[in-house]
Amino acid sequence: MTTTRTIVGPEAPLAADLHLPTKYGRAEHVLDILIRSIVPILLALVAGGLLLLALGHNPLIFYRDIWRGGVESGSWQDSAIRMAPFLLIAAGLTVIFRANIWNLGYNGQFLLAAALVSGYAPALVGDLPLWFATVLLFLLAGATAALWTLVPAVLKARYGTNEIITTLMMSFIAIDLASILIKGPFHDPTTPLPQTEVIPLEKMLPSIPGTRIHVGVLVAFAAVLVVHFVLTRTSWGLRIQILGANPRAARHVGIKLPRLIIVAFLTSGFLIGLAAAADILGLWGYIRTGWNPAYGDTIIPFVFLARLNMLAVVPFIAFFSILSTGGDLAAQQAGLPTDFLLVLVGLILLFMTVIEYLGRRRELGESYLSPGLRQALRAPILRRREA
Amino acid sequence: MNAPNDTGVPIVQLVGITKRFPGVLANDRIDLALHGGEVHCLLGENGAGKSTLIGILSGLLRPDAGTILIDGVETTIASPRAALEIGVGTVPQHSALIPALTVLQNLMLGDNRRLRLDATGARQRLGELADLLGVEVDPDTKAIDLSLGNQQQVEIIKALWRGSRVLILDEPTSMLTPQGVEELGKVLARLKERGHAIIFITHKLHEALSLGDRISILRQGRLVGAIEPDSLRSASAEDLRAEIVRTMFGEAARAVSDAPELQEEVVEGLHVEPPAVGADTVLELQHVTAPGEGAELGIDDVSLELKEGEILGVAGVDGNGQRSLAEVIAGQRTPARGDVLLYGARVTRLPVASRQKLGLRYVTDDRIGEGIVGPLPVGLNLFLKRIGQRPFWRHGRLQRAAVNRRAAELVREFDVRTPSVSTRAATLSGGNIQKVLLARELSFDPKVVVFHKPTYGLDVRTTGTVRELIRGLAGGGGSALVVSTDLDELLEVCDRIAVLSRGRLVGVVGNGQGAAEEVGRLMLGESDAERAA
Amino acid sequence: MILASQVWTQLFWTTLLSGGLVAGTPLMFTALGETISERAGVLNIGLEGMMLLGAYFGFLGTYYGHSVWLGYLCGMAAGIGASLVMVVLCVWLGLDQIVVGIAITLAGEGVTSVLYQTHFSTSQPLLGAVPRDPIPLLDQIPILGKAVNGEFPLFSQPLIVYLGLAFAVLLTWIYRSTNVGLNLRAAGEKPEALDAAGVSVMATRSYAAMATGALAGIGGALLVILTGTFQPFLTQGQGFIAIVIAMLARGNPLGVVAGSFLFGISLSLNDELQLIGVNLSPEVLHMLPFVLIIVALVLFARRAYLPPALALPYVRGAR
Repeated sequence: MTTTRTIVGPEAPLAADLHLPTKYGRAEHVLDILIRSIVPILLALVAGGLLLLALGHNPLIFYRDIWRGGVESGSWQDSAIRMAPFLLIAAGLTVIFRANIWNLGYNGQFLLAAALVSGYAPALVGDLPLWFATVLLFLLAGATAALWTLVPAVLKARYGTNEIITTLMMSFIAIDLASILIKGPFHDPTTPLPQTEVIPLEKMLPSIPGTRIHVGVLVAFAAVLVVHFVLTRTSWGLRIQILGANPRAARHVGIKLPRLIIVAFLTSGFLIGLAAAADILGLWGYIRTGWNPAYGDTIIPFVFLARLNMLAVVPFIAFFSILSTGGDLAAQQAGLPTDFLLVLVGLILLFMTVIEYLGRRRELGESYLSPGLRQALRAPILRRREA
Repeated sequence: MNAPNDTGVPIVQLVGITKRFPGVLANDRIDLALHGGEVHCLLGENGAGKSTLIGILSGLLRPDAGTILIDGVETTIASPRAALEIGVGTVPQHSALIPALTVLQNLMLGDNRRLRLDATGARQRLGELADLLGVEVDPDTKAIDLSLGNQQQVEIIKALWRGSRVLILDEPTSMLTPQGVEELGKVLARLKERGHAIIFITHKLHEALSLGDRISILRQGRLVGAIEPDSLRSASAEDLRAEIVRTMFGEAARAVSDAPELQEEVVEGLHVEPPAVGADTVLELQHVTAPGEGAELGIDDVSLELKEGEILGVAGVDGNGQRSLAEVIAGQRTPARGDVLLYGARVTRLPVASRQKLGLRYVTDDRIGEGIVGPLPVGLNLFLKRIGQRPFWRHGRLQRAAVNRRAAELVREFDVRTPSVSTRAATLSGGNIQKVLLARELSFDPKVVVFHKPTYGLDVRTTGTVRELIRGLAGGGGSALVVSTDLDELLEVCDRIAVLSRGRLVGVVGNGQGAAEEVGRLMLGESDAERAA
Repeated sequence: MILASQVWTQLFWTTLLSGGLVAGTPLMFTALGETISERAGVLNIGLEGMMLLGAYFGFLGTYYGHSVWLGYLCGMAAGIGASLVMVVLCVWLGLDQIVVGIAITLAGEGVTSVLYQTHFSTSQPLLGAVPRDPIPLLDQIPILGKAVNGEFPLFSQPLIVYLGLAFAVLLTWIYRSTNVGLNLRAAGEKPEALDAAGVSVMATRSYAAMATGALAGIGGALLVILTGTFQPFLTQGQGFIAIVIAMLARGNPLGVVAGSFLFGISLSLNDELQLIGVNLSPEVLHMLPFVLIIVALVLFARRAYLPPALALPYVRGAR
């Protein structure tokens, strides 16, 4: 009889306990996963290096500057600070992608929540006890972003409207709306610049003792653990997984699809909103028009590389935090725009899909993306290598 | 059975064809010859390798070894396009017509000689071919609106469009009414007269006997028997049947010998045990109207009653409302009008999960698309309809030990062949997936179970097991509603048979002598009322 | 204060319609291109990146070649190049179309931004004004035809606009009455049927994707030529809007023209409103088209028709 292999990964928590015959053995299997996660990044760095050469820069110096700017002499703390919004957005994306729903409106959701927080924070932290105001602001941010997903969520739940389009449109609207709010009701009256009032330093999130890292990072890590637990161990997480793997089966086994879709969207938005709160209350203290860090754009490939597993995404995010913090500095030194990072990210995504294809030809069933996201699941099972 | 017109060089000859897939030898050194003017039946149970062989002939697959000779010349059939150019046309089991396009557009597809579509020429050719076959086809109807019989006729025309001499029909009768099968026979006869070579795949013995001039029998990838035209004409039906069954199953013949697929004629109501008189009605539909989906019709003003201990069948040509009916009962579809009652209580708006708790179950026909979640382990699949419930979940948390323990018990009880309960469900064979679904639906105290095409595509042994389970359910006080397009199956298993035609319930027939003909008539649309008038 | 008499001037309306037509033409090209791939079953999320690449290389071509036609050509080539990524990874290898599309957009945004800022951030060259080609006879019609005060009337547009409209008509014919159109439709509805009919699904989808890239490249080039200069992220989401228009128009080229025209009007509305003295904040105006799209989606959600095989890779023999 054919030997079947278990898939150790986000899809099958049960499998981890049992010892089952695998074609390659557990150690080789783990090595295989590592290779397929790291090689795309390496390839992208090489390709990016070539592009740098073409533009007349020295890639080695550039990458060395990244290390310097990202890790050395205390910069690691700046990298760690960046992990806060990255992790929370990654959590928001992981939840929704597991359900095979494409929430691509993360930029707008983030920005609108950030605007709301920046707008209300000065008043709230002034009038209320600080801890209470902080919690309230976090909830406000989460609620704002969650509500902003409601239109795409309902359209998809009721009419099956393609959410890629609706979330993108809402995102563009949100970016403009945020500008209007910042110039309008949230505008800091004491300055002609289009920005909100700056939160006094002592009212912002406290730091972890001995460091500059604000506690928003701890909030992010806590969220990662909670989300991981919910997704892999609870009945709700299983429902999400089924929705992502096979929506028809979800309906068949009695899962209420419209409700699940909407809740998944709201959860995703809420986490993204938390990211905005952490960033504003922990790092920036205010917001101005024209600011759009587009964090989500840059961490999407890592969410996939981690195979939608929250624990696995942490090291990737750590790596990227260093890359992005150091990258800003390196780009400045080289006279390049920071948009260069977008190129690297795009390359990582491309190499990731190629490596996935090559890996698929060797073995069946392994995948970076949960089967529901990668609609070509049927293809590798039947693309047999002729004996 | 007509004598073949041409006994010279066969148009197509397969010699020593071998094809391997990972883990299975689908075709093992098969020899086959197709002569002009002859219907060659390829007989074998599901999984014997028939589809693979046909795939090779139609250019979808390439053989690992062996030769193909066309008119005596060694040829390679490299792609479907090559097959068409050689003159081999295929009528697939599931319609390859594009539903949103018209008949004419479907027929014009692939004719890339000129940029501009030649609609006039196409219409003419359609007329010619339709006359040839003795059928009528409207070129401007959308494929989605055609009846299944008409669809098949268009498929045959499409296969002949570019002048094919060889016609492959893959399980063509699986979707037809008994009368439709007769009409198909007439069409094939006309084609034979013109010298076409026809190869006809089926797993039903009586079809092979009635329609074939020559029979080749496949078993587990090998050609195990061939019946020449002379023997087919001279020997008696019973003798032929006995020999074929022996060839197909060897020593195991006796065990499966009762299967309706292996009888020389259609079987009617051999094993019927109707429920006791005065039994309660457990499931009732009152004037239910519900929408269809895509190409499938919905149901219109359907009323039926299922009694305790009864096996009620629902017959009908595919797409006439079966899925709508099944899903309305299960709770996956909301009726626009009418009510569904379970034990007398209205459950019309009750969600799926609640109905399951009341003992209502649904074994879906779409095993892989809807029944199981492929990437999940077998164990979890067995309890998908109890997500969040004790003892498998406590306070929302998964209890792995409980799941594995109970899953192992079920796997043993239902004889599911799987390396372990943690194996991904998608890797199981079709028969074992069906067993998983049955294990899921028939555990935890089922009372009313809807079976949709429960034995479709399964080998004879598993088919027997499934039917035993259905009988066991009814015998033990439960009730079964069996929705199937396979009339043989319904006649074998059901106490009464209801007939769905174009979404309406046109009659209910008690199983027994003459039931097949009655059902066939109802499927054509003649309702009881019309006949009484 | 808006004076009614000011609104009803010929200037306002001709500029509005004319401006709308011009502003909507880049979108029109891109959206027409998207109808081709979508019809064949390929969902091109990377359109934004392709348009940007077309814009940047179109800018290079126009600037160094001193000719808008060279610009269109370069833009087209860039678009085809970007689409090849989709062709190889998605059509041939069957990888996820959405992920690759996101990658193309991100990479396109990044590459064009980096290249422009490396070479031109200091010089920031401008392209000249776009030559206008009046339609003979029609341009004698008062109000709509004749140029007034240097503003351009409806019937005197750059040649490319007329070409675009003609192309839309041509595409309608192709879809309805040719083999190519039927093959595209089959590839999107039911690729197995196309394969069984002997036509290569891979080839059909590959050419469709490349055609889309070419048209998006032309659209991007046109955008940069009309704007007069390149800026990073110039397209501002128009690539995604093109996808929406293609979907809402259900793949009908004439519907796409109408949608692009309407969108173009909303884009040029800012200039028009200032003409009559209305000053709305730029954000509100910028937001307007997207709001309209959402409203349209809410109202017409049920009507959007997508080919059944959209975004699903095809493998022969898959069951």
